[in-house]
Amino acid sequence: MSEKAFQRIYTKLTAITKATVTLEAQGVTNDELALVAGRLAQVVKIKDNAVTLQVFGGTEDIPTNAEVTFFGEPPSLNVSDDLAGRFFNAYGEPIDGGPAVEGEKRQIGGPSVNPYKRRQPSQLIPTGIAGIDLNNTLVSGQKIPFFADPDQPYNQVMSMVALRADVDKIILGGMGLTNDDYLFFKNQFESAGALNKIISFVNTTDQPPVERLLIPDMALTAAEYFAVDKNEKVLVLLTDMTLYADALSIVSNRMDQIPSKDSMPGSLYSDLAKIYEKAVQLPDGGSITIIAVTTLNDGDITHAIPDNTGYITEGQLFLRADPDSGKVIVDPFRSLSRLKQLVQNKKTREDHSAVMNTSVRLYADAANAKTKLENGFDLSDYDLRCLDYAKEYATRLLAIDVNIPIEEMLDTAWELFGKYFTKAETGLKEKLIEKYWKA
Amino acid sequence: MKTTGKVTGIIANLVTVEVDGPVAQNEICFIDLNGVKMMAEVIKVNGNKASVQVFESTRGLQIGDKVEFQGYMLEATLGPGLLSSNFDGLQNNLATMEGVFLKRGEYTKPLDEDKLWDFTPIAKVGQQVIAADWLGEVKEGWLPHKIMMPFSFNGSYVVKSIAPAGQYKITDTIAVLTNPDGEDVNVTMTQKWPVKVAVGGYVEKPRPFKVMETGVRTIDTLNPIAEGGTGFIPGPFGCGKTVLQHALAEQADADIIIMAACGERANEVVEIFTEFPELKDKHTGRSLMERTIIICNTSNMPVAAREASVYTAMTLGEYYRAMGMKVLLLADSTSRWAQALREMSNRLEELPGQDGFPVDLSAIISNFYARAGYVKLNNGQSGSITFIGTVSPAGGNLKEPVTESTKKAARCFYGLSQNRADKKRYPAVDPVDSYSKYLEYPEIIEYLDSKIEKGWVDKVTKTKYIIRRGKDAYEQINILGDDGVPMSYHEQYWKSELIDFVILQQDAFDDIDGCSPLERQKFMLDLVLGICDRSFKFDNFEQCTTYFKGLINICRQMNYSEYQSEQFNKYLNQLKEELNHE
Repeated sequence: MSEKAFQRIYTKLTAITKATVTLEAQGVTNDELALVAGRLAQVVKIKDNAVTLQVFGGTEDIPTNAEVTFFGEPPSLNVSDDLAGRFFNAYGEPIDGGPAVEGEKRQIGGPSVNPYKRRQPSQLIPTGIAGIDLNNTLVSGQKIPFFADPDQPYNQVMSMVALRADVDKIILGGMGLTNDDYLFFKNQFESAGALNKIISFVNTTDQPPVERLLIPDMALTAAEYFAVDKNEKVLVLLTDMTLYADALSIVSNRMDQIPSKDSMPGSLYSDLAKIYEKAVQLPDGGSITIIAVTTLNDGDITHAIPDNTGYITEGQLFLRADPDSGKVIVDPFRSLSRLKQLVQNKKTREDHSAVMNTSVRLYADAANAKTKLENGFDLSDYDLRCLDYAKEYATRLLAIDVNIPIEEMLDTAWELFGKYFTKAETGLKEKLIEKYWKA
Repeated sequence: MKTTGKVTGIIANLVTVEVDGPVAQNEICFIDLNGVKMMAEVIKVNGNKASVQVFESTRGLQIGDKVEFQGYMLEATLGPGLLSSNFDGLQNNLATMEGVFLKRGEYTKPLDEDKLWDFTPIAKVGQQVIAADWLGEVKEGWLPHKIMMPFSFNGSYVVKSIAPAGQYKITDTIAVLTNPDGEDVNVTMTQKWPVKVAVGGYVEKPRPFKVMETGVRTIDTLNPIAEGGTGFIPGPFGCGKTVLQHALAEQADADIIIMAACGERANEVVEIFTEFPELKDKHTGRSLMERTIIICNTSNMPVAAREASVYTAMTLGEYYRAMGMKVLLLADSTSRWAQALREMSNRLEELPGQDGFPVDLSAIISNFYARAGYVKLNNGQSGSITFIGTVSPAGGNLKEPVTESTKKAARCFYGLSQNRADKKRYPAVDPVDSYSKYLEYPEIIEYLDSKIEKGWVDKVTKTKYIIRRGKDAYEQINILGDDGVPMSYHEQYWKSELIDFVILQQDAFDDIDGCSPLERQKFMLDLVLGICDRSFKFDNFEQCTTYFKGLINICRQMNYSEYQSEQFNKYLNQLKEELNHE
């Protein structure tokens, strides 16, 4: 961000908190950027002549006589095809040693797509993972997070999904990534030979937390360039949105806002929605699909962050370790893809949704049987068969290391039905049983 | 002279304005940002400072920017052409907006002012008329759209002249009325009404006495909603709120459906306007879109307009109700509206109530629900608004302010259960916790007696009893083990499972099972209760389980078959055989 002539410079701060500074200034516009002692800041409140700025780099060491320069415009990103293959920080500055990107300057966090101009998402995104493709099919234009405890391999699964997906661009928005994870992504993308279709905006744990607030908007501004201007299919990866929300709460807290549930700001829902709702299927073929990560605290989805996220996104993919099969699985009970019915049985085989529902229902029966077992009761023959089925179902279909086409997933499920259950126990439509039942 | 002002403070979309004249609470003003006029609403006045909530992003706004007050509140434009439209929360027509992105300060007219409508007069010259009386009629598609004396006219007017039958634009004068002071007033086919004020224009609002059929068994059979009644659907995310609402919008026996997508996902609205034009109204055979109005203020659209959207939707509903229409209003989700109130209250630095919500939340919600209802119009006809709102309780916990406040206001409670959703038992409406107060109304009991059969409500009560008993039995089995309880417990449990699988569960995505007419619901309930009335003799619980699973399977196949078809009867006979050789 270079300085321009005739910039207004102030040198008297009237208040400083951990995330914000306040000063008397004139002619300042809402949302505009400024430099406070060389650090980027953004206007968040104006009252008469008192202007409050959130300082992205944190306020440590900022003196009351710090120099404040206003830019007169909100944060922006230069967009062009040259973005492809590059790594940037939260401000959109290259961190890969390459030159700055030339291109049209676009304000980040721009307006929403007119809902009437959207199209209904209808393209399947196959991942090879049955826990996703079979039970929670993804569709382009969808927004869906992984809900996972910090010890789950969510970044690995996400990069796997990204690299298998048939898309034109993959945009990574990394918030509070550890340096190791950042290098992991870089390495994965490089070794897949996919670097030229990847763009990364990264804030690592050693950088100030408030900076993270810029990452999703940067990533999505780049995504909109490729999806709207170039009609490309863009996949945006956002990890970890919990750390993003934490940064929001830091700022609102410093601004003395009354917190709502779990000390999150009252506007958390709207703040998250503004990001996730950028997922879109456009009329001219371009699309933005968002896959995010929301880390949980010991699987607690009632916390304000996953809770609000769940109401915004089109489902969630819930990862958990399954003790019976010894694998990490996509939990079929807590996971959901809300758009799956747009492709199931339409872009996939006619028995898809029926097979999905039945296999999950039987898995639920197994869970009941397990409870009985744990409570020390005798198990019926049906219970025992359910338990055997559950183990094989988890290993062969739910585990995240599965990589097979959807037809094969369906055939595997029919094979399991035939192996462990009678036709009546499955409750499937007779028409389907006649056609697909495997004795 | 209009009051003007200057911006003196900005926090997100709350702007403080210093004013030079009188301003009214809820008055609309426009803020000028380099020539772009952004709409805002006064929400608080203190001295010469007015706090306004801006319906747009305030990016780029600065101290000193000019504001012009309009002297009116947020209004809805009413007239022919509302049906099949897609509006935002401020009633801008989304279809006529240019570009892929929503532009700040771009407001479009809700109605087409060039379109010609076939007008037929109803009122006669010399006739005395009061507000909401029908002056004439145009055909809005299939709907006889009444042109009414504007709701805002007070007192009794006399029709001085009325336009002859012919083609008119909505802005043409179709009648001249003489007001009580002897002045002549021109009336066109369009009028405006402030959305936050309830439309009157009816004689009385009796207690609801009819049931509105929805085709959803767990509602119609177990906890029916009355025409003109109110209900709400709380539930954690992923429990099927949206699917249930869409089923209601598609199937309910109403003339007009108004859907307010309030702070929810844009793709859900896209689904409606992609699919509804293709789908047929099961009652009339016309395209569903012809009876639908969408008010769409999705979660990424400006927060303040979210609040406006539910009021806009209600006002449009009241307009059609005054024409004698049966309106179903669906709002998804009222929690987002409450959150919008919270965000503003927070920025105004008001003392917060529970969970940071404004202290008058409960009053605001009750007031809103009270605008629904069945009404008798001035001319003896009737109209109704049935209102069903969804609630998205934080963390799925129903002990939160929005759910609690709504529970006081709404008469039907359709609680979605996480447990049922996890087991994929959809719709996940909890059969034990949910209720319909209307089942206690003598009017409704009488109505059901004549509409379905005498003593129907007793059957419903019995069904609920069997479900509850089954739940208790299930808990006992879980505590004591399969062998630790008497055989009768298993039987009780499986009888409740039979009701669950055959009556409660319904496949919303299946062409046949998705919508179940009342007659069919009665048939299936009688069938299932008939089985529940039998007592069985099983040697062991596994035999009981297998037997009932068999029955459930056959009944489900019936649900998937065309009613009374050959296939349906085949399964029915199979079931009878099964029951005979038990």
